[in-house]
Amino acid sequence: MATLVIILKLLIIIVPLLISVAYFTLAERKIMGSIQRRRGPNVVGFLGLLQPLADGLKLFVKETIIPTASNQGIFLFAPLLTFLLSLMGWAVIPFGQGLVMSDVNIGVLYLFAISALSVYGIVLSGWASNSKYAFLGSLRSASQMISYEVSLGFIIVSVVLCVGSFNLSEIVLAQKQVWLIFPLLPMFLMFFVSALAETNRHPFDLPEAEAELVSGYNVEYSAMGFALFFLGEYANMLLMSSVTATLFLGGWLPLLNFLPFTLLPGPFWLGIKVYFFVILFCWIRAALPRYRYDRLMNLGWKTFLPISLGWLIFTSSILISFNWLPV
Amino acid sequence: MSLKKKNLQKEIKNFTLNFGPQHPAAHGVLRLVLELDGEIVERAEPHIGLLHRGTEKLIEYKTYLQALPYFDRLDYVSMMAQEHTYSLAVEELLNVSVPLKAQYIRVLFLEITRILNHLLAVGCHAMDVGAMTPFLWAFEEREKLMEFYERVSGARMHSAFIRPGGVSLDIPIGLLDDIAIFADQFSTRVDEMEEMLTTNRIWKQRLINVGVVTLQQAKDWGFSGVLLRGSGLNWDLRKEQTYEIYDKLDFNIFTGNQGDCYDRYLIRIAEMRESLSIIKQCLERMPEGPIRVDDKKVNPPSRSDTKNSMESLIHHFKFFTEGVCVPRGETYTATEAPKGEFGVYLISNGTNRPYRCKIKAPGFGHLQALDLMSRGHMLADVVTIIGTQDIVFGEVDR
Repeated sequence: MATLVIILKLLIIIVPLLISVAYFTLAERKIMGSIQRRRGPNVVGFLGLLQPLADGLKLFVKETIIPTASNQGIFLFAPLLTFLLSLMGWAVIPFGQGLVMSDVNIGVLYLFAISALSVYGIVLSGWASNSKYAFLGSLRSASQMISYEVSLGFIIVSVVLCVGSFNLSEIVLAQKQVWLIFPLLPMFLMFFVSALAETNRHPFDLPEAEAELVSGYNVEYSAMGFALFFLGEYANMLLMSSVTATLFLGGWLPLLNFLPFTLLPGPFWLGIKVYFFVILFCWIRAALPRYRYDRLMNLGWKTFLPISLGWLIFTSSILISFNWLPV
Repeated sequence: MSLKKKNLQKEIKNFTLNFGPQHPAAHGVLRLVLELDGEIVERAEPHIGLLHRGTEKLIEYKTYLQALPYFDRLDYVSMMAQEHTYSLAVEELLNVSVPLKAQYIRVLFLEITRILNHLLAVGCHAMDVGAMTPFLWAFEEREKLMEFYERVSGARMHSAFIRPGGVSLDIPIGLLDDIAIFADQFSTRVDEMEEMLTTNRIWKQRLINVGVVTLQQAKDWGFSGVLLRGSGLNWDLRKEQTYEIYDKLDFNIFTGNQGDCYDRYLIRIAEMRESLSIIKQCLERMPEGPIRVDDKKVNPPSRSDTKNSMESLIHHFKFFTEGVCVPRGETYTATEAPKGEFGVYLISNGTNRPYRCKIKAPGFGHLQALDLMSRGHMLADVVTIIGTQDIVFGEVDR
């Protein structure tokens, strides 16, 4: 009986997640289309709404080509690992009061561990492909992700200092008076930019830059392997958006704490905030050029790391001097 | 086998990457073999010839009018500039001068062609560097310009409009008004594109001090056009060796002082604005008059004339079967095509077919210097440098 409940909880999270990942791809194409003065897909279904299903079907029936020079076991395992990890992160996200799959007291650390493990998926795929472009792409991507995880870590520590607990539900509840974006605005901005770099997303998408590496670490993948990488990347983006919303924008808390706003349920508010970040992801992709690799590394180590460390010390010194440390 | 330590030394070879013919940023068919040391480019070796169509040989077997469409297809993003150079070369051998209205129409469309080319150059360069949006905005403007090409000649791209002797057809009613409407809104479009790129910190980081070419290097390697002006030399064939009515028009030439990709980008944007001002001047001053030279052996008569006059009929027949008989001579004519100095070296032996037509394409010289420009830079910069050289393989390979 208990296992049945657990499986039901899993499905309630995973199925809507996969549908939203599919429609995220459509939203991206449509949003980029309107920024670029054209319509996005609008042929398949009314307003193009059946486009993700058509894409999914195409990828499903395509022939899976496995290069003979590749290490076949790892080659097939790498996209599975990426997809699995991007789904696992959703276990600790609170969707509403008490609506969380597993309310662990180290939620934030768990998320951090998951994002660190995702580097493996990329490294394995580049290595197993046994092709120069894939290799270059995966090396770049791995070092990029690791560099930006450092500043992500320091920013998360600042947030945890203000709240006093690693538990994501408590972080949301601590923002009932004021959302953490207001006292920690620079941290929010750096967190969002580091999330862009974590998910290998424009302007940090050098590992999959079309113009240079022709899709980088997943160049040798076709059909299902590619689909899994793709789904994993977009699920990761949604995960990062919801983590940003939870840590800084108050998660499932409504905009203002009185009547017309509290009528709408918690998950709805989380959804709106995640959607805001989705639009921001797509907008930034359409608007900005790409960072060159060494400038990207420069930004991570020489700009973000000192600033996040410095702000962490600043935050902790203010909390201590005014005796505002949460017990 | 000796086991002495010095005989067991291994050679470390550089990592060779084939930036192959099928590549989204290779601007056509460029096979670039890069030797990389980590991310730094040690050597860049372009292999060309994948688009070689035998243009010069084929021209030797065609009459002068039949050879004209080959020139459209050389640099296929700025078509009329090539046709124009060829027409000037033939007119020089024939020793005819083109009427004033035809010259104004030619200059109008040449500047439209310059805008077409620079829109594609800046748009594709931006897309290679990563900014995807200016590319689409630039192509929307190109669509509007190609509509003008179509209205005046019938074809959107390869128009075969500027012919030896003038232009092929008179401009239709209403076209000049529409070009004026386009000209009014175009500078706002260029402002929009500049807003996305010029002051963008990431764009500047990617382009400043990348692909620096000193003035001496530019002169040694035979650069022309925007690349030469970017290195500091104030050389534009429209002013130095003036042709058509450029001496009567009022426009500026821009030079850069660093010789890097950012300077060239700024020069292209500024040249677009100057071309717009030249277009407006041409529209204001467009005269009335004939559009083709009077000589009936060069310019076939109209169909209604052929129904009334015997000589017209004979001229029409001879022109379209045998073609123009160009007197003996040779000429090298060069014009300021949007990509640089495009030259045609034409040798005629008195018959109706050219004896030899050698084409000097600006992209050929620029591509040779790709190794020079990209040594010591990183892999991402190679893409930037190819984009700034504005290479189109139609003219490099012919």
